[in-house]
Amino acid sequence: MHSTAQLILLLVVLSDLAILGTTRLSSCIRGLAAQGLLLGLLPLLIASRLSVHAVGLAVGTVIVKAVVLPWFLAWAIREAAVRREVEPIVGFIASQLLGALAVALAFAIASRLPLPTVQQPLLVPVSLATLMIGFIVLTTRRKALTQVVGYLILENGIYLFGLTQTERVPFLIELGVLLDVFVGVFIMGIVVFHINREFDSLDATRLTELTD
Amino acid sequence: MRLLVISALPLLVALAVLTVPAFRGRRVPVALLAAVALAHLALVTSLWITPEPPTLGGWLAVDPLGLTVLTLTSVLFLVTVIYAVGYLRHEKPGSGRVFAGCLLAFLTAASVVALAQHLAMVWVGMEATTLAVAPLIFLRRDRRSLEATWKYLVISSVGIALALLGTFFLASAQGDGAGHPLLLPDLIEHARELHPAWLRAAFLFLLVGFGTKMGLAPMHTWKPDTYGEAPSLVSALMAGALTSCAFLGVARVTEVVMAAGLGPFAQPVLIAFGLLSLAVAAAFIIGQGDVKRLLAYSSVEHMGLLVLGLGLGGVGAYGSMLHLVNNGLSKGWVFLITGNIVLATGSSTAAGNRGLVRTLPVSAALLVLGLFAVTGSPPFGTFMSEFTILRAAIEAGHPWLAAVMLLLLAISFVGMAALVLGMALGEPEPGTLRVRESPWLVAGPIALAAIVLMLGVYVPGPLHDVLARAAAALGGTGP
Repeated sequence: MHSTAQLILLLVVLSDLAILGTTRLSSCIRGLAAQGLLLGLLPLLIASRLSVHAVGLAVGTVIVKAVVLPWFLAWAIREAAVRREVEPIVGFIASQLLGALAVALAFAIASRLPLPTVQQPLLVPVSLATLMIGFIVLTTRRKALTQVVGYLILENGIYLFGLTQTERVPFLIELGVLLDVFVGVFIMGIVVFHINREFDSLDATRLTELTD
Repeated sequence: MRLLVISALPLLVALAVLTVPAFRGRRVPVALLAAVALAHLALVTSLWITPEPPTLGGWLAVDPLGLTVLTLTSVLFLVTVIYAVGYLRHEKPGSGRVFAGCLLAFLTAASVVALAQHLAMVWVGMEATTLAVAPLIFLRRDRRSLEATWKYLVISSVGIALALLGTFFLASAQGDGAGHPLLLPDLIEHARELHPAWLRAAFLFLLVGFGTKMGLAPMHTWKPDTYGEAPSLVSALMAGALTSCAFLGVARVTEVVMAAGLGPFAQPVLIAFGLLSLAVAAAFIIGQGDVKRLLAYSSVEHMGLLVLGLGLGGVGAYGSMLHLVNNGLSKGWVFLITGNIVLATGSSTAAGNRGLVRTLPVSAALLVLGLFAVTGSPPFGTFMSEFTILRAAIEAGHPWLAAVMLLLLAISFVGMAALVLGMALGEPEPGTLRVRESPWLVAGPIALAAIVLMLGVYVPGPLHDVLARAAAALGGTGP
């Protein structure tokens, strides 16, 4: 079981880097869906025994992170008729290098942390790496929709860290967190839709009317 | 039981408003809003009179800190709803049920934050406040409000995500066997057994995360845009109630850190954020041309004062609690009055408004009085609380800090006075007529002003008691 979990965690890092490197929005969203699926499998593999809690968390995560949100984002692209590419502020190669740097940094930091109950030594470094890569996507991409993708990756990183505590944090809370993320992205999607209509573009850097 | 009703009633009504077809269209069910607001305030008031045992296995309970924030929220909500009666005669939102539903959802979320004793539940409630308010900022549906909504959503979502990480760090700090996970009373009781490195990390992340929602500098950048573009009654609710809930989040983790004996680590951090917020606010208040943006920076200033008081400890914690009440009430008051000006002239800038004393006499008078309340001048309550925080700085042996504080507050006063007096006095543009001010639009602000004025002269016994107990929980002392 543990080696499968490790494999999945490595795949999560790969999906992070893949999202950083893709040029098309639609593949970005596919990468996100794949990552959501991987995250959904993890609670089942990490739990010491299969409980209602682990199964519920897995099902909820797959539904929200692998199905509903990617489908919704894909819908937003179609409706807004965005065919154009990701438009990074920092180039693709540079951002992948940044991503690799983030992974290295994450492992360096995690090895120094006084780790909580270590059932999965990879969990904390992968969580930190995903968090940082989410930040990179959020800050170095122009399109409002890609910023939503960045926020979701960041949130996935936090979810991974949450898995270290999953036996101790009640199910209800995890459900609340998932619901909040879901509604948050839903509202962001609606705002993105309006931005596209008002500005004829999803470019968030054009949002510059409000200054002092 | 009462705690469950307080947190769930607005949600149930919100769901009804959002789903029942009868509420479609532009008409806002104001009577329903008013009924919920009154019931909520009545229940909250009853908590002051008779105590209520914790419910849901200790997840919901009333403590002095939570009760203060809950009451403040409830009062501001009622005032906002009364104001909405007059407001909706002039401006109709595109969708009545989104307007009412989001307001009610906000009330639920804020009540959950105030009553929650489980820190993850505090987080869930806080994130829900962000989401409930976002559609309200976008009420006007134009480019500027769209930009403001987007900035608000992205910055607060990232901030609140960091707070979630901080919450998990706190669970890590607890390890196994230090009581129930993330339950506040257990965390405080076993504070000395918490892992200090994780606790420090948790404190920093929660401070930055909830600090983003408070609008502490340098995470305040969404604030002027959001308060500037949102309808004034939404800004009033945000600046008065939402920021207080966010402060409660910071206060919760401060309680734990103080109980763990990590005060010497946490206090300088709080003081640094406080001073930076005061400085940034002073810098942007000078030369500001728009009252709503000005008030947003003033909110940054007061959030800074709140964490400064926490950081100074001693009597400063009491000062912060008192200031929380004063600031919430006076921000609600001044934002609603600004709303009247925008309704009458369509603008909140100094360029678009001159001689308001002639055209809107009651509102102009309340605006000028509000200027003095917001800047902490006697005889208003804000003066008492700011003075208490100042005293704490001197008692803690930082006279230079008190001097810097005074200087920054003075700069902010000059900047605000220049703008507000310029708008209120002078000759109105030729041809502007005197506007009739509906009682609905001024009654609430007058009530809030009366309370702030009273708090400057006399703090009622029960309130004093609750604030002092809250201050003690934060590692400080009563006055």
